[in-house]
Amino acid sequence: MAKIKSLDDLRVMKESFQSKINLREKGENPGSHVQIKVAMATCGIASGAKTVMEFMMEELEKRGIESVVTQTGCMGYCYAEPTIEVKLPGQEPVVFGYVDTKKADEIIEKYIKNGELVEGIIPMNYETIDN
Amino acid sequence: MHLLVCGGTGCRASASDSIIEKFKTEIAAKGLENDVQVILTGCFGFCEKGPIVKVLPDNTFYTQVKPEDVAEIVAEHVIKGRKVNRLLYIDPTNQEKISDAKHMGFYRKQIRIALRNCGVINPENVDEYIARDGYHAIGKVLKEYTPAQTIDIIKKSGLRGRGGGGFPTGLKWEIASKNAADQKYVVCNADEGDPGAFMDRSVLEGDPHSVLEAMAICGYCIGATQGVIYIRAEYPLAITRLKIAIKQAREYGLLGKDIMGSGFDFDITLRYGAGAFVCGEETSLIHSMEGLRGEPTNKPPFPAESGYLGKPTNVNNVETFASVPVIILKGADWFSSIGTEKSKGTKVFALAGKINNVGLIEVPMGTTLREVIFEIGGGIKNGKKFKAAQTGGPSGGCLTEKHLDTPIDFDNLIAAGSMMGSGGMIVMDEDDCMVSIAKFFLEFTVEESCGKCAPCRIGNKRLYEILERITNGEGTMEELERLRNLSLVIKDTSLCGLGQTSPNPVLSTMDNFYNEYLAHVNDKKCPAGQCKSLMKYVVEPEACVGCTACARNCPVNAISGERKKPHLIDTAICIKCGACIEKCKFNAISIK
Ligand SMILES: Cc1cc2nc3c(=O)[nH]c(=O)nc-3n(C[C@H](O)[C@H](O)[C@H](O)COP(=O)(O)O)c2cc1C
Ligand code: SF4
Ligand code: SF4
Ligand code: FES
Repeated sequence: MAKIKSLDDLRVMKESFQSKINLREKGENPGSHVQIKVAMATCGIASGAKTVMEFMMEELEKRGIESVVTQTGCMGYCYAEPTIEVKLPGQEPVVFGYVDTKKADEIIEKYIKNGELVEGIIPMNYETIDN
Repeated sequence: MHLLVCGGTGCRASASDSIIEKFKTEIAAKGLENDVQVILTGCFGFCEKGPIVKVLPDNTFYTQVKPEDVAEIVAEHVIKGRKVNRLLYIDPTNQEKISDAKHMGFYRKQIRIALRNCGVINPENVDEYIARDGYHAIGKVLKEYTPAQTIDIIKKSGLRGRGGGGFPTGLKWEIASKNAADQKYVVCNADEGDPGAFMDRSVLEGDPHSVLEAMAICGYCIGATQGVIYIRAEYPLAITRLKIAIKQAREYGLLGKDIMGSGFDFDITLRYGAGAFVCGEETSLIHSMEGLRGEPTNKPPFPAESGYLGKPTNVNNVETFASVPVIILKGADWFSSIGTEKSKGTKVFALAGKINNVGLIEVPMGTTLREVIFEIGGGIKNGKKFKAAQTGGPSGGCLTEKHLDTPIDFDNLIAAGSMMGSGGMIVMDEDDCMVSIAKFFLEFTVEESCGKCAPCRIGNKRLYEILERITNGEGTMEELERLRNLSLVIKDTSLCGLGQTSPNPVLSTMDNFYNEYLAHVNDKKCPAGQCKSLMKYVVEPEACVGCTACARNCPVNAISGERKKPHLIDTAICIKCGACIEKCKFNAISIK
């Protein structure tokens, strides 16, 4: 991996990572993906987040849906674990709680394929500072 | 169109179920099933104004919706696209109605600063951290500021340590920077020993790089090239993610020699703790790192003078560090604009106990306990009554109904007889016995006392024994007196913070719930019905139909009686397991 040799180097890198993310998120280009983040902190994993993550990866692939599934840290809704965030291209992210494989299947079929929301949405109740 | 109806416990209690039903029938009646979907959601963190209905895609946020309002929402908003004004949220600051939830960010009681990347980035990918300005703070500091200028920013921001004591972080760094030595150390305290606390674990699992970056900034400020994270071995996931993060940071040259061409070297290693509570105390922590017994020593000397391997050492908590990079990037003024006069910024709390939304929250200092419990926390489980909230874990005290509207900050909590601690918040309801709660924490302290000094080793044991006698109904008024006096002596004479604070749960429950102590001592009763020794199971002869269900289920055959005749419990045999109460369909058995 190339070393980052100066603050300017770092800024250039940030720009490139960010534009990659933006492209993916804005959904303006044809390769735009559904993005899924699974909360994989201790609380999430203890309630089965790993299974959900694997299920999501396999099923989205099987069902031919262009998507990126990644892990992330605790979203704070420990009472509703496992939680996942789904972001359809060009739309606000939506968080779902109490996700088991059955719910995950419903989310794929209804929300991801047709944009129909399903029960179990956890409204975002905090503001995250952006930098 | 989507209608999101809050199905959180708070809103459910105020009729959101029937609101959903109404919406469904109303929408079916208008033949709109295919265009409008009604969805039940989790808590919006806004329960005081519930039930909440949110309309998508236009983001309209209706509060205090009643079943009677449903027809109007459908007729006006859904069909004609006109918002129902009277149900819109009113901005408390200027009385204006807010129609678009996107513009009511302020309604969100939480601001995530230390948790800014948790749940946003993939913690195992440094690129995602960089994409959110990661390592820009250390880059900026190295390029633009001297150590003294950087310390000045931290001082001006008003950041105080999140590990419990609330010592001003900038000042701590300044002291360490002024002590000359050939080597100094930056230590991150990730021991997190409070029962019920998981704030630091979550930060490390969700955003490890922010801690690494802040440690490097601290190293630059105080003149250290080596950082150590002391983390309990019980946190395997956090350890794994830290290891990955350190490796990736080294590969990019963000840790190691000559960071970003500045000539500054800094690297970080991990040390594992065995999970003793006292090892979270900084002097014990340092001894443990040195391979010695995890026992505290007197301060002074403070770690800033003579710490790890006898060198000046700066110890900070995980959450303290996690707040540092943002302060550098957004400025001291930005940070100090959040919070109260003497406590700036935000605090992460781990909500646990009898609260609906158990979880991790981050609120500005100065948020009230009421907002935390009844709005963000979704209120008390099962509609029970709030009794108390313990902050500061085994070193803290309880906050009660009369503290609900006190703004939470370092100084107010101390004034209320508790303390901030690291951020565990255990919520108790009417069914919790406060004497038992004090006993629970004392049991923890007795277990965790390192035994080095007599007041803590012996005194806490005596406190525990007195509490045990009280909960067994064997306590006397003299013992209550002794409980208080001994507590004060332990506080005054213990060597380290563990012993100096361990009687706090006793003193604070005695201050706030003295009647409960009296009931145990004088009336031999536990008002909350928790102390088994003080409970007596009895059959109410009038209500008992003699179905024999209880007798058949009693594991020790304590219940006698003929069919169709009132039964009787022999209290000498009864082990108070509660099986009979559950089995009786006629509510004929009660606890006296
Ligand atoms: C018994 C005891 C346990 C402690 N446990 C912790 C802990 O788990 N984590 C922590 O950061 N600080 C803990 N502290 C506080 C540390 O001694 C120290 O003050 C703190 O790490 C300093 O960091 P800060 O200034 O960033 O808060 C504990 C103190 C005592 C007396
Ligand atoms: S107060 Fe307790 S934990 Fe602290 S040194 Fe004394 S015995 Fe050990
Ligand atoms: S409480 Fe348990 S032991 Fe006592 S009478 Fe009922 S079933 Fe028997
Ligand atoms: S806002 Fe509906 S339950 Fe909290």
